[in-house]
Amino acid sequence: MDMISRSWAIAKREWSSYFNSPVAYIFIIIFLALAGFFTFSVSGFYEAGQADLRGFFFWHPWLYLILVPAVAMRLWSEERRQGTIELLFTTSVTPAQAIVGKMVAAWAFLGLALLLTFPVPLTAAWLGQPDWGVIVSGYLASLLLAGAYLAVGMFTSALTRNQVISFALAVVLGLFLILAGFQPVTELLSQWAPGWLVDGVAAFSFMPHYEAMQRGVLDARDFIYFASVTGFMLFLTQLVLDNRTGR
Amino acid sequence: MIKVEHLVKKFGLRTAVDDISFTVEKGTVLGFLGPNGAGKTTTIRMIAGYLPPTSGAVTVNGIDVGADPVGAQKQIGYMPENTPLYDEMTVQAFLRFMAEIRGFSGKERDRRAAAMLDVCMLGSVRHQPIETLSKGYRRRTCLAQTLIHDPPVLLLDEPTEGLDPNQKQVVRDMIVRMAPEKIIMMSTHVLEEVEAICSRVMIISEGRLKADSHPAELKKRSDGFNTLTIEVLAPAEPAVAAFGRIPDVAQVVRVAGTAEKQVLRLVPRDKQSLAVRAIETAAENRWLVTELRSEPGRLDDVFRQITTTADVVKKSA
Repeated sequence: MDMISRSWAIAKREWSSYFNSPVAYIFIIIFLALAGFFTFSVSGFYEAGQADLRGFFFWHPWLYLILVPAVAMRLWSEERRQGTIELLFTTSVTPAQAIVGKMVAAWAFLGLALLLTFPVPLTAAWLGQPDWGVIVSGYLASLLLAGAYLAVGMFTSALTRNQVISFALAVVLGLFLILAGFQPVTELLSQWAPGWLVDGVAAFSFMPHYEAMQRGVLDARDFIYFASVTGFMLFLTQLVLDNRTGR
Repeated sequence: MIKVEHLVKKFGLRTAVDDISFTVEKGTVLGFLGPNGAGKTTTIRMIAGYLPPTSGAVTVNGIDVGADPVGAQKQIGYMPENTPLYDEMTVQAFLRFMAEIRGFSGKERDRRAAAMLDVCMLGSVRHQPIETLSKGYRRRTCLAQTLIHDPPVLLLDEPTEGLDPNQKQVVRDMIVRMAPEKIIMMSTHVLEEVEAICSRVMIISEGRLKADSHPAELKKRSDGFNTLTIEVLAPAEPAVAAFGRIPDVAQVVRVAGTAEKQVLRLVPRDKQSLAVRAIETAAENRWLVTELRSEPGRLDDVFRQITTTADVVKKSA
């Protein structure tokens, strides 16, 4: 109970700190503008003549690649820079409690941004008869993907007090997690690497799991994948913080 | 009670804290002195459970900080160096947050935050974002945070650093008021502060404990302690000779004087008080004493004496 109330207090503080600064509004505006631009202009939502959201969800891994580290980079770097991490970890709060609190707040924030894309499915529904199951599954996949990215960014943020370094590291790690299973890359790899290696590397990637869920296929293995990537990154974050505070 | 046993902290090859042991009892205001880089902050951070010691142990009211940091931290209110605070929060929101992570919720949380606004005189700025506060208000906000769970132990790392004299006095008054109920350990560079409010003083230098005493006792270690300056209506040579015959006087220096009035400095052999014997001597010779001043000893002399390290001597030579 104690543990939950502390995490909750931290989550509330983080959440309001987003909206106390322009960061939240700028992030949401950029996210919505880019999502709209790619969906309608680049993917040709209207021209495709299909009432589905593939052209919308296709871009999310790439949007998140840049935007999620921008949200995550301050999570620990800022505590370090301001010195408030010392305040936090001398008040009976454990790193695990703080990680959970920050994760909940940041993920909820990304969820809010995602929720605000609701005009896109509404447009599809107005123009045709989309498969709502696929759309819900797509949103779920996108939310899980955002969470995994967030955990990566949380980890890199714990590594350094410099937000720029944290951001760059998160982008590089995220890029690896996309490209390892991105079809053009796997095709390139399979020209010289043995098939089992390509599959092995690709299995680490977000993409096969994300794409499967985009098609409306809800497989426990994809959930387990996202849960383990997220969990592992948060575990690494805890190791880094334990090392810093000596617990 | 704070109990520190053989505490050592190494950062790579550098030993920041080198085998420090001490205990502090309730009702003590402990002034923790030392030059910059002596290991004050590192020691305090280890007691607060923020840094793990390389070796040694700290217990706070019987709770081992290494084994149960969460439990120990419930006993402690800690004000870190340079008052780190969540700058974008308002004072009230910050205090409520701190109350909440200290385990209070709902009405109790709000009541405690409100009480701290009152105790630390922050009512007028409670809706102001912390980043807009002056240094004095910042310190007080950070102090309020340390008190919000009414801990028996306070660790204050330079609580009056950078404050103007009035603000310093406010913080000191608060510390003095709380002193009987708590253990207060504060690091500071301001020696007059130690004299004014501390009942015990420790000096560390290069990670080692160099002195641990009452401030008044420590002052006696000052080189010129109890040196007596006496202004007397007397001829020069007889006066120097007469005062020189006092058994405890090691040396008489004639600082100034005319034919009939002398200013003499009497240096005691072993820091004894010379005033009584000096007055008696003057009386025996029917000389009028017009001024008498005994050197009270200066803490900054002692501080310098104890903490001047080899490299500083080399540099100033």
